Amino acid sequence: MGLKLTAEEKEMLEGKHGKAIRKAMEIITTLGEIYGAERLIPVTSVQIAGVSYHNLGEAGLEYLSEMAEDGQARVLTTLNPAGMDMLEWKKHGISADFAENQQRVVDAFARMGVVTTCTCTPYLIGNLPHYGEHIAWAESSAVCFSNSVIGALTNREGGPSALASSLTGKTAEYGFHLEKNRMAQVGYEIQTGLHNTDDFGLLGKVIGDRTGKKIPYITGVPQATTGQLRSFCASIATYGGVALFHMEGITPNRTRVPEITEIVTQENLDQARQELDDDAAEIDFISVGCPHASINDIAKIADMLDGKQVTEGKTVWITTAKPTKDMAIKMGYYDKIEKAGAYLVSDACCAVAPLEGRFKGLMTDSAKACYYARGKNKFDIKIRTVDECIKEALV
Amino acid sequence: MTEFQGRKIYKGKAEGDALVTTVDISFYGGVDPETGEVVEKDHPLEGKSVAGRILVMPSGKGSTVGSYVLYALKKAEKAPAAIINKETDPVIAVGSIISEIPTVDGIEIEKIKTGQRVEVDADRGIVSIHES
Repeated sequence: MGLKLTAEEKEMLEGKHGKAIRKAMEIITTLGEIYGAERLIPVTSVQIAGVSYHNLGEAGLEYLSEMAEDGQARVLTTLNPAGMDMLEWKKHGISADFAENQQRVVDAFARMGVVTTCTCTPYLIGNLPHYGEHIAWAESSAVCFSNSVIGALTNREGGPSALASSLTGKTAEYGFHLEKNRMAQVGYEIQTGLHNTDDFGLLGKVIGDRTGKKIPYITGVPQATTGQLRSFCASIATYGGVALFHMEGITPNRTRVPEITEIVTQENLDQARQELDDDAAEIDFISVGCPHASINDIAKIADMLDGKQVTEGKTVWITTAKPTKDMAIKMGYYDKIEKAGAYLVSDACCAVAPLEGRFKGLMTDSAKACYYARGKNKFDIKIRTVDECIKEALV
Repeated sequence: MTEFQGRKIYKGKAEGDALVTTVDISFYGGVDPETGEVVEKDHPLEGKSVAGRILVMPSGKGSTVGSYVLYALKKAEKAPAAIINKETDPVIAVGSIISEIPTVDGIEIEKIKTGQRVEVDADRGIVSIHES
């Protein structure tokens, strides 16, 4: 028993491969010891969180700069959203000071060989592991999507531990890397129809609030789009810390079926919506794209906005990854959205951008965005379908 | 003097006055990264500073960005001298490692009182309390 290291891993821990590798191995082996891992295993993909300068601050940036002195990514590594669109930040009302600091963060990652696309949906833009692969991802919504929808195995990493895995290509084998810890523990039978991304977000809140540390086995959802599953993952991870669920007929993992099943009704979803909604919310900010919008989502929104004009006094952010924005530019969606007075914002999102004090009320289709808008930015909120969000922008 | 045997989370030795709470601490949002003051509303330590203290709490909680807050405290010379937990969570563990704060867990923290003089030998996982 106890964590056993290979000769090479011991050398890495002793500092023979440089300072950054030593620090990275200290993080990985300590977590391994805390959670009873017996060995380290290779990972093939990394997603790093803690990218917005708004969250990192100067100290976080200093840590990254130290690691970048002699640290290099050994496996495909991508980044979580930054605090701003890395190119068009100025017109979104971001200060030049913030922009300079945010650029320094991204530059530090670039020095380490990290692919600096800043998105919470790495699987949409080229960081797509397959079923059964061991990976080390931060970003709770992507962790949940990977474990549950893709079937690639990861714990919920934080920024420094994900970076540690990137620089070493390793993680400790515990938690969700072990098949025995991935079995469903409680059933949830959904006795109502789910139509849009907001419904899936509300379901994530209902189950997240109830399930605690128990892995859900969800039945009664006949079909779900990738976008709806993204919304569900983000919500259940935000409200319940859930890193893995099973959904009968939709997710690929093998599991035992739990003996105990709880019921989820339309009343439960309505209740969740009531808990999120501030009745008196004065909506002056509309944000869609948490998690980041796909090219298909953007196409639909562009259609809705085509030839229309966003009402004065309202700000609209459609947030997405840079490669998706580039596609949207090529397809003409970007022009339709921006001519209507809305913004197609890449690299960032309304949860990590420095927005406190700028708006009164947010309307969004994302239950996760609601959580951060209220907790961090003190906005009033309303959760609605994407269609209703865009209509609100045009009222 | 009373001695407790726990488990090393991060190496090092420190001595200082204990600051004890029975409520977990979220460093992100819960502790001011520049002053070391606990700012979480209604936390028993609200308004107290962790700077230079032997911080004793059951565990950490909250966002993983908390690890970077410990690092910020270290850079501002406002970090705890050492951390003692019942069971260290990953946010505190990673924060202690990157900030090089001696940290021990597996300790019966209810036997430590605020203001007691405490020695931490994290290398051996030993916490010693000078009675007073």
